[in-house]
Amino acid sequence: MATTDVVPQGTGGQLGRKRIVNDMSIQVATVNGSGSQSSNTVLLRSIFQMGVPISGKNLFPSNIAGLPTWYTIRANKDGYIGRKKEIDFLVAMNAETAQDDVMSLAPGAAVLYDEPLALEKLRDDLIFYSVPYDKLVATVCPEAKLRKLVKNMVYVGVIAQLLEIEMGEVEKAIRKQFATKAKAANLNLAAAQAGFDYAKASLQKRGVFYIERMDKTAGKIIIDGNSAAALGCMFAGCTVVTWYPITPSSSLVETMIEYMKEYRVGPDGKATFAIVQAEDELAAIGMVIGAGWAGARSMTATAGPGISLMSEFAGLAYYAEIPGVIWDIQRVGPSTGLPTRTSQGDILATAFLSHGDTKHIMLIPCSAAECFSMAAEAFNLAEQFQTLIFVMSDLDLGMNNWMSDPFDYPTTPIKRGKVLGKEELAKLGGFARYKDLDGDGVGYRTLPGTEHPAAAYFTRGSGHNDKSDYSERPDDYEDNMERLNRKFETARSFVPRPEILKGANAKIGIVAYGTSHWGIIESRDQLRNEYALETDYLRLRAYPFTREVHEFIEQHERIYVVEQNRDAQMLSLLKLDLKPELITRLRSISHLDGLPLDARSVTDELSTMEGK
Amino acid sequence: MATTPAEPRSSEPKTNHIGLTVIDYKGGKTTLCAGCGHNAISERIIEAMYDMGVQPERVAKLSGIGCSSKSPAYFMNRSHSFNSVHGRMPSVATGAMLANRNLIALGVSGDGDTASIGIGQFVHLMRRNLPIIYIIEDNGVYGLTKGQFSATADLGSKLKSGVLNDLPPIDTCTLAIQMGATFVGRSFSGDKRQLSTLLKAAIAHNGTVMLDVVSPCVTFNDHEGSTKSYKYVKDHEEVLQTMNFVPHFEEIDVEYDPGTTVNVTMHDGSHLQLRKLEEDYDATDRIQAITRLTEAHDKDEVLTGLFYVNTKSPSFLDALNMVDQPLATLPESVTRPGKEVLEAVMQELR
Repeated sequence: MATTDVVPQGTGGQLGRKRIVNDMSIQVATVNGSGSQSSNTVLLRSIFQMGVPISGKNLFPSNIAGLPTWYTIRANKDGYIGRKKEIDFLVAMNAETAQDDVMSLAPGAAVLYDEPLALEKLRDDLIFYSVPYDKLVATVCPEAKLRKLVKNMVYVGVIAQLLEIEMGEVEKAIRKQFATKAKAANLNLAAAQAGFDYAKASLQKRGVFYIERMDKTAGKIIIDGNSAAALGCMFAGCTVVTWYPITPSSSLVETMIEYMKEYRVGPDGKATFAIVQAEDELAAIGMVIGAGWAGARSMTATAGPGISLMSEFAGLAYYAEIPGVIWDIQRVGPSTGLPTRTSQGDILATAFLSHGDTKHIMLIPCSAAECFSMAAEAFNLAEQFQTLIFVMSDLDLGMNNWMSDPFDYPTTPIKRGKVLGKEELAKLGGFARYKDLDGDGVGYRTLPGTEHPAAAYFTRGSGHNDKSDYSERPDDYEDNMERLNRKFETARSFVPRPEILKGANAKIGIVAYGTSHWGIIESRDQLRNEYALETDYLRLRAYPFTREVHEFIEQHERIYVVEQNRDAQMLSLLKLDLKPELITRLRSISHLDGLPLDARSVTDELSTMEGK
Repeated sequence: MATTPAEPRSSEPKTNHIGLTVIDYKGGKTTLCAGCGHNAISERIIEAMYDMGVQPERVAKLSGIGCSSKSPAYFMNRSHSFNSVHGRMPSVATGAMLANRNLIALGVSGDGDTASIGIGQFVHLMRRNLPIIYIIEDNGVYGLTKGQFSATADLGSKLKSGVLNDLPPIDTCTLAIQMGATFVGRSFSGDKRQLSTLLKAAIAHNGTVMLDVVSPCVTFNDHEGSTKSYKYVKDHEEVLQTMNFVPHFEEIDVEYDPGTTVNVTMHDGSHLQLRKLEEDYDATDRIQAITRLTEAHDKDEVLTGLFYVNTKSPSFLDALNMVDQPLATLPESVTRPGKEVLEAVMQELR
């Protein structure tokens, strides 16, 4: 069979002569439910195993099967693992989107397509490779039923040949992917090999992109943020998990169930935890609060719509002072919004979730490693401050594959906060639940079941004095609210401090948080290299803001607050906190398309705002 | 100085079998209306807990919002209590029991808190068969907001203002039985003996106890035309059986006729003897229970007694197969796996 390569015209004409090594993005366009996930994981791992930094992002529909889905693998020798907008290599497997996918490519990009799609006619400035998938699959997979499942593995082999990915690594990745299914592994390996052999015999390499072995992934792991969070919660000593399924948070608890069954069940088969699927998010948080009240380390995981439903209970936990950990894997709102797209749109609503004067502590991880480490911090803070801790992850972090250093075993012990047992009560003779004995705004609590006649107190969401007796007295109410504020102020010194990266004598500062981090670190290099713009960068890791945040803003003439929402939500929180004269230094860069933040968008907008 | 004989021993305060006096089960002074049925229910709870020798520190009192939900402040001050949010006490109770399986959960709710705003959590609590004593103090109206109908108000029942209820009631007992609760009955705040007996048996049960206790609201729903008034209940009450409860720490000394009396052995070894007033009624038959309740509605009866009991079904906590020690107090050595576990997981992810 002859190659159908088309020699690129125009700008693409010179491409054949230079090599671009370990810097590309590969997009696989398929149909939801077609089983391409395994192939994409194998491709991702093969490159990773060759020592090249990678990231994998799944852009999928809110649907079970039949709608378009795109998986983008980025390989980058410099370690940039944020999203890259431009696609260098398209694998067009979906007839429905193939035309649009091809038309949106930049000149010089390569397209690998299923032969019957005949895409080569669409443009003359791209490199086209056609593959007769059905014929190739038929030769390696006699069982017609299974062909659909292994068809996708053929493109892995083709790409391996075209980009010079070692087949030994492909085999290793396939064996890992199908570790418990030798037959499936062999079948998939044969499919990949068929693709490789076909490409070798019939396709002429025209593109400039290559993968070469390097050493930047040694010892590293690949994991999604939700799995990292699940592990973190297990090692944080979590004992009660109550949840209601919602995209993109479900996999956090589902993964946790797997880990807990394996590592938190005693030799007698008895569990050191309880995981309960509740009837809705109201019940999920109600159970978290009931369990936290009774002394468990309790948590739930949810997304925006769930956060909205939890509002009333969140106020109860704030006011009655009950610990619990809530993971918000943010997705695009308002309302149902785009359930399978990423966002940082819950920041403001969560900070003040519930009616009355309510405010909450939020932790904001940017990486899988932080999902792991912040889990332990969240549980300790929840019990130390006897309040809910919201961990604000997002879909990009939670559901996508991230390269990470292996996680460090927690060094901080489990801290249960101010809890009086029967021995302490025997010494004290009694206690006042909400009395601020230590000046930090945090009272002492007892757990139900404590065997002492003075242990009990009455927990309520209605007005109460420091003995937790019902009270409508103005001074009791005011004292209580002021103490709660004192507690929140104390928390400023205990929440995770921001990460600060300095440029050379930079006058401008960037403030960002969560997954925006990956776009920002790349954008700062672009700004320096392309516009000679030096920036300092502060990555927020928690709310309330610590002292360093104020100092950073004071040190810079202009501050760009980059976030993935329309209304500059974090900037609004900063405004509430800052001295009035500092507020004018803040500018907003907002990213609003539901796709992970890419560096180029930030660079373009910031350089324009700087008059460049 | 005159010599007076020492006080006879008998004047020392009476104690129960764990050595506590009834004072040890008392609560704060009630702020409910004088004559409110809820106060009588609080009294019966104190009595039952005292008689059963329940350690007050083991009890967790849980409630939602409403007059009924305030009442846990008026009994058992030595027990922790949680007055949570409207209609959502079941989830809070569930969480508390997950954290500490050794607690005795006592939920107090109202008809609005259960059957209106709380119906969702209520049915899910019933289907889980969580060990809890769930009491509805049922007066058919909202008291704290001054007398609107709740979802247990009967069709045609009249408000003080003359407004008629034009929707059928939700029968919480029927619902509880359908959903899977394993000890379901109805009583009347004015029936000391029946309510006390049901409460004691409830304490002996392992699973969800649902007791709907008709408890007239003297301020907003005790007038002519109300179906939840003292008078209406007295005129329309049909009692399903008479009950005798023998706690596990006492010998059974009353002979009973197996033809007319059914003996139910409770989880803790106590005995509940049900002397049938309706010849064929079998309280272990769900279908019969639901049929009889439906019939009672059609006949405008206020049917009371133990409708359904099932001592065999495993409770929610049994099914979770947790360690014996409460999750709440497990040490770090148990809840944080070792370094080697993390290393093994990391190795899999490389």
